[in-house]
Amino acid sequence: MKDLYALFRFSLAGLRVMVVATLVLGVAYPLLVTGVAQVALPWRADGSLVTATGAHTTDPDEAVGSSLLGQLVDDPGLFQPRPSAAGDGYDTLATYGSNYGPESPDLVAAVKERQAEIAEREGVSTGEVPPDAVTASGSGLDPHVSEAYAALQVPRVAAANGLTEDVVRRLVDEHTDGRTLGVLGEPRVDVLALNIAVTQAARD
Amino acid sequence: MSALAPALGQLLALVALLALTVPFLGRFLAHLYTSDKHLGVERVTYRVLRVDPDADQTWRAYATTVLGFSLVGVLVLFALGRLQQHLPLSLGFPALPADGAWNVAVSFVTNTNWQWYSGEAALGHLMQMSGLTVQQFLSAAVGMAVAAAFARALARNDGSRRVGNFWADLVRVVVRVLLPIAFVAALLLVVMGAVQNLLDPHDVTTLTGGTQPITGGPVGSMEAIKELGTNGGGFYNVNSAHPFENPTPLSNLFEIYLMLLIPFAMAWAFGIIVGDRRQGAAVLTVMALLLLVSISLLTWAEMAGPGTAPELAGGAMEGKEQRFGTAGTALFAAVTTGTSTGAVNGMHDSLTAPGGGVAMFNMMLGEISPGGVGSGLYGMLMLAVVTVFLSGLMVGRTPEYLGKKIGQREIVLVALYVLTTPVLVLVGSAVALTASDGLAGLQESGPHGLSEAVYAVTSASNNNGSGFGGLTSGTPFWNTLLGLCMLFGRFLPMVLVLGLAGRFGAQTRRPAGAGTLPTHQPLFVLLLAGVALVVVGLTYVPVLALGPIVESLS
Repeated sequence: MKDLYALFRFSLAGLRVMVVATLVLGVAYPLLVTGVAQVALPWRADGSLVTATGAHTTDPDEAVGSSLLGQLVDDPGLFQPRPSAAGDGYDTLATYGSNYGPESPDLVAAVKERQAEIAEREGVSTGEVPPDAVTASGSGLDPHVSEAYAALQVPRVAAANGLTEDVVRRLVDEHTDGRTLGVLGEPRVDVLALNIAVTQAARD
Repeated sequence: MSALAPALGQLLALVALLALTVPFLGRFLAHLYTSDKHLGVERVTYRVLRVDPDADQTWRAYATTVLGFSLVGVLVLFALGRLQQHLPLSLGFPALPADGAWNVAVSFVTNTNWQWYSGEAALGHLMQMSGLTVQQFLSAAVGMAVAAAFARALARNDGSRRVGNFWADLVRVVVRVLLPIAFVAALLLVVMGAVQNLLDPHDVTTLTGGTQPITGGPVGSMEAIKELGTNGGGFYNVNSAHPFENPTPLSNLFEIYLMLLIPFAMAWAFGIIVGDRRQGAAVLTVMALLLLVSISLLTWAEMAGPGTAPELAGGAMEGKEQRFGTAGTALFAAVTTGTSTGAVNGMHDSLTAPGGGVAMFNMMLGEISPGGVGSGLYGMLMLAVVTVFLSGLMVGRTPEYLGKKIGQREIVLVALYVLTTPVLVLVGSAVALTASDGLAGLQESGPHGLSEAVYAVTSASNNNGSGFGGLTSGTPFWNTLLGLCMLFGRFLPMVLVLGLAGRFGAQTRRPAGAGTLPTHQPLFVLLLAGVALVVVGLTYVPVLALGPIVESLS
């Protein structure tokens, strides 16, 4: 009985703590961070949006996407991103990785199908298709492809846009990042920025 | 193996960051938990809250406070979930179902952060920042408080059963440690690309004329405390794989660092609190050894990429982000399961069979390598008591730890502690695998299907929160089962730890004699690591054999 009374008394004190904590940690803290971020880093805080020329913007009406998010590429003449399990592909309201296990028959079938499709599209053998091209990313929003997958797509993109392969290869290099500090992550090619650059080069 | 050098490099960078900061934070924490001085802002807080921060509580009062406070936390979060359609910034989302709201409430109050829902499709901004984020601070502070109370009881020499003051422990760590570090970390994450706004999703027209909504939200502020407090509950469904939560390889390393900072610092603080730094260093060494082994195994598994699908594709990239790669994902996976965080930067369900097995084993160890904030330390100290006891039996002396005798009552409490989570995991898994509602949630069949169910129950019972995401857990069956596992997996061990703290606090410290096992030397470090692996690990060998091991061998 004494313990129950103590539990009740401490719960009442706990309720007061919860009210104060909600105001301080749940309202003041996130709003303060939001305020500072919006003033000092508005482009980042609003999603790192870019325009059709690659310029930074915070206005969604001017933007063609976020420099951090992958997007579906409907133009067969541009660089294609990795497969995506988010909704019908790159759906930001349904982010998802396939969650297929390594022995999943569904995954094995999907990998085979993608290898065949990409090999045909790029005119190479299935053995030349790199792993990232045939696997869905964790987020379903991966903005990058590997250097190998980008290189594989160069001839097709060059031909479709009336550019030489050398020019396209140079654009790929310009939009490739190595490992951060030489050790973190993997070398990667930013697909949206690269496609913007290709579109602009084709127009010039 | 040209990729091996960067994999080692990222590990060295992490070790360097931790080596530079852990002793400093450890010293700070030790002072915070033993000082009787209050800051001005804390005094005001205590007056507003009408609590007495100087009352030295008995273990019973301390435990009752922890339970009462957490009970209120569950009720408040449950109410927010059920009422979210009436709250501002709800983005038009309806109330959570009753079983779902129960699961979320327990999940975040127990520092588990199991997520059955998809953040961007179920929760408004207010629920995320004023419901979930608040508990990410408080549940972390509660875990740390219990560990501090246990450490103080070991250090005590006045024969009282008192263990300190819960309110002071709670308020101080939030005010002096969690809030300042989270604020700075949140802004650093925004610098790297995390979003931080209160916007609804707004459409952009993509480069090729499609439509893509850009999702907003107070993400950076949640991400910071999510990692720092070893919580793991992400703003979005795909957690730290989402570029808005974890934008770059650098943010990836930073988030891994945040997860490890406090668990290791608590071990360092422990040594200072009991008046012998070497004791803290020994505990820290065991934690680091176990973590290092699991990092090595997981990194090897993911970089080698065994399995039908990874071998066909040429690499284990399913469920992984190109910017992190296999090594960056493996390091994150080992750290998030070795701490009780449960955030993921790649899909654990798609890890290779041995990789997923290591992640599961990390949790089965009881979250001690280095474990959750606070819970990792008290979990490891319980095993230290077991180690001393076993060694005492071998040489026929009365076992004692740091001058406190381990008698019958003490070892009963420890035994109950060691048994609690295995019982929850094994009974919970058995229930899930025999109920049709349990099996209905599995995506895969065979050994991997078994792993999906066992991983979920293991994760909930050990308050980790990561999952094999193929499991559809947003059903009344799974929400109820996992909710119970999280609740008992958190608070039964806490009460046992505080009970033992009471018994240790009541003893005066005996001077070390000729028969005392030194608990700061390499021999003890190896014994403790061995006990952790044998006593806890062996419990799970049968179920591991049927899941990840048989899958690895197939």
